[in-house]
Amino acid sequence: METEFTPLASLAGGVLIGLATVLLMALHGRIMGATGILGGIMRWGDLADWSLRAALLAGMAAGPLVMLGLTGQVPAVDLPVSTLAVVLSGLIVGVGVSYGGGCTSGHGVCGNARFSRRSIVATLTFMATAFATVFVIRHVIGG
Amino acid sequence: MRLLSALLIGVIFGTGIALSGMMNPAKVLNFFDLAGTWDPSLAFVMGGALAVAIPGYRLVLGRPAPVMADRFDLPQTRVIDRRLVLGSAAFGVGWGISGFCPGGALPALGTGRIEVFLFVAALIGGLLLARAIEARRILARKPA
Repeated sequence: METEFTPLASLAGGVLIGLATVLLMALHGRIMGATGILGGIMRWGDLADWSLRAALLAGMAAGPLVMLGLTGQVPAVDLPVSTLAVVLSGLIVGVGVSYGGGCTSGHGVCGNARFSRRSIVATLTFMATAFATVFVIRHVIGG
Repeated sequence: MRLLSALLIGVIFGTGIALSGMMNPAKVLNFFDLAGTWDPSLAFVMGGALAVAIPGYRLVLGRPAPVMADRFDLPQTRVIDRRLVLGSAAFGVGWGISGFCPGGALPALGTGRIEVFLFVAALIGGLLLARAIEARRILARKPA
């Protein structure tokens, strides 16, 4: 399935992601990592911490509604894979980011932005295995 | 004020993810498909985010403390170990299977698509599974 090359929208979206990352550190001193935010939601005890994460998560999920308001369209979620693949992928990603200590946002943006060696290694690793996985699925198995 | 600002930061992040194309698995998978229907858009997402976050972090982390908290909560771990590499490698495999990553999928919940909820449920299952495995390992290491 082809998708349109969108350098301007992607760059603008990236700038907003970067802006949110910097604001969260400036105001709350936190890393804008989806893995960390979600992981912390599943720990009880500290209500102040929990409510901050819940507010972030609620705001995130409002993103598509903002886009609906601006463009009149819900942003596309085109899934070229089976439901089973989606569930399997979710499990693998969940275990992987737990041990890896972060994902595209935590390591890829926040960690790399402060030149953390761990994040640079993590980013190079997950990008490499993602490229390899898509190649194998689409061109070795599927080809 | 504290929660309202967090909500707004979430909205900025979620809107950025939606605008960038990161919540669209077809687009993410095409970024990784160099040998097929390659779409280089996602390089611009990372480029835009880092172009803001690198100077922004430098500016912010040079201050004594955040505006609404006592201190900057930064990861203290420095070691590059097997957990980091193998965990990240597994994450990349999972990401390459569906095109969803946590940062893309959480904002995508707002589209109401059932597949996104399935992914996030499985993601939470994976996080809990890793926690359970770790809890057992720590128990097993304790002398009887």
